[in-house]
Amino acid sequence: MFTGFDFDVIERSLPYLFREGMVFTLTLTGLAMAGGIVFGTLLAMMRVSSAKPLAQVAGAYVNLMRSVPLVLVIFWFFFLVPWIGQWITGSSQPIRVGAFLSSAITFTLFEAAYYCEIMRAGIQSIPRGQVSAAYALGLNYRQTMARIVLPQALRNMLPVLLTQTIILFQDTSLVYVISATDFLGAAAKIANRDGRLVEMYLFAAVVYFVISYAASSYVRWLQQRIAVIR
Amino acid sequence: MGVVRTTPSKWAVRIGNAYVDLFRNVPLLVQMFLWYFVLPELLPEAAGTWMKQMPPPWGSFVPAVLCLGIYTSVRVAEQVRAGIQSLPLGQRMAGTAVGLTLPQTYRYVLLPMAYRIILPPLTSEFLNIIKNSSVALTIGLMELTARTRSMQEFSFQVFEAFTAATLLYVLVNIVVVFGMRRLETALQVPGYIGSGDAPQVLR
Repeated sequence: MFTGFDFDVIERSLPYLFREGMVFTLTLTGLAMAGGIVFGTLLAMMRVSSAKPLAQVAGAYVNLMRSVPLVLVIFWFFFLVPWIGQWITGSSQPIRVGAFLSSAITFTLFEAAYYCEIMRAGIQSIPRGQVSAAYALGLNYRQTMARIVLPQALRNMLPVLLTQTIILFQDTSLVYVISATDFLGAAAKIANRDGRLVEMYLFAAVVYFVISYAASSYVRWLQQRIAVIR
Repeated sequence: MGVVRTTPSKWAVRIGNAYVDLFRNVPLLVQMFLWYFVLPELLPEAAGTWMKQMPPPWGSFVPAVLCLGIYTSVRVAEQVRAGIQSLPLGQRMAGTAVGLTLPQTYRYVLLPMAYRIILPPLTSEFLNIIKNSSVALTIGLMELTARTRSMQEFSFQVFEAFTAATLLYVLVNIVVVFGMRRLETALQVPGYIGSGDAPQVLR
């Protein structure tokens, strides 16, 4: 089965795969996670707010994002971002946006919808009495959220947030469709150049598996630790 | 697989866990490539050639179905396991105590309850597989997103093409959510609060 399996091609392409591909994947994951959690938390606060229009706008955004496939969203933004850029800067032509910036914006906005649902569950898991107590002490909305509700929500939801980040890490491989050079993109390029599809794709699968498995084991461990303290 | 992971046999549980870990920790796109590009090479010569020479839609359709099926089976396995474990342990014991064998206990006691309880999270999986099918465009399957893409390249009507696709996906979603909601109310177990653990789309 493994006769003619060329390990050399993997070894030769390691620096390219990791220095270009993995760095792209990890930067994208990190940026989208940070942006997604911040934006998602804002959306979640909108969704649970008592102002109806705010809640409806956030709800519509989240439901829309969650009902279209990521591949389609990537295409949408790949073509849309240059136009939005033109509109913001007021230039006469659509501005040129690289694959990285485009995908970073896409993933931030797309994942925000998913992080929003997680944060909403987190916020709603805080007993209502705590909010009432905070108001009774004279804290305003901003203080109540920032000092009482969000820290607890974030902590309760940490394992779920991290699991979502692992999914995000796996999903970044989809930037392949706009020919960005993430880890899988780099592997695919070498696979096609050298005609070594089997080796490169298997190697990519192994790398993704190792990273995701290690990360999800860590999350499981963290979950147990947090569960004990609560 | 979800059933396997709740059986008393330690080895069966281990195999079930390995299966779930394996297919959950590799991105869907990579799995798609593995089924499409790698599998025919690893199979015996005749089978591999046969796979590669399937006429156009089937050549990428079969790997895509296999890939999506197995990818989703892992998630369903998780739900089924959670469903079975949410049942009181007494039900399993009562089942074997009245003389049912283990397969019979699963068939007549545990699974009918478990499936009804996990129906809401299964709805999410149903929605996910529709969305995930768009990944099949990478192996040349002409599904909705791929058609949109070729329409856009053909006509340069970027926004019209993508808006149409988005609306279609939203429409399919609404239909599925609506249908599953009906099914849920029809099959609801009396006395249970009909809520799954996964947040629902469009609720």
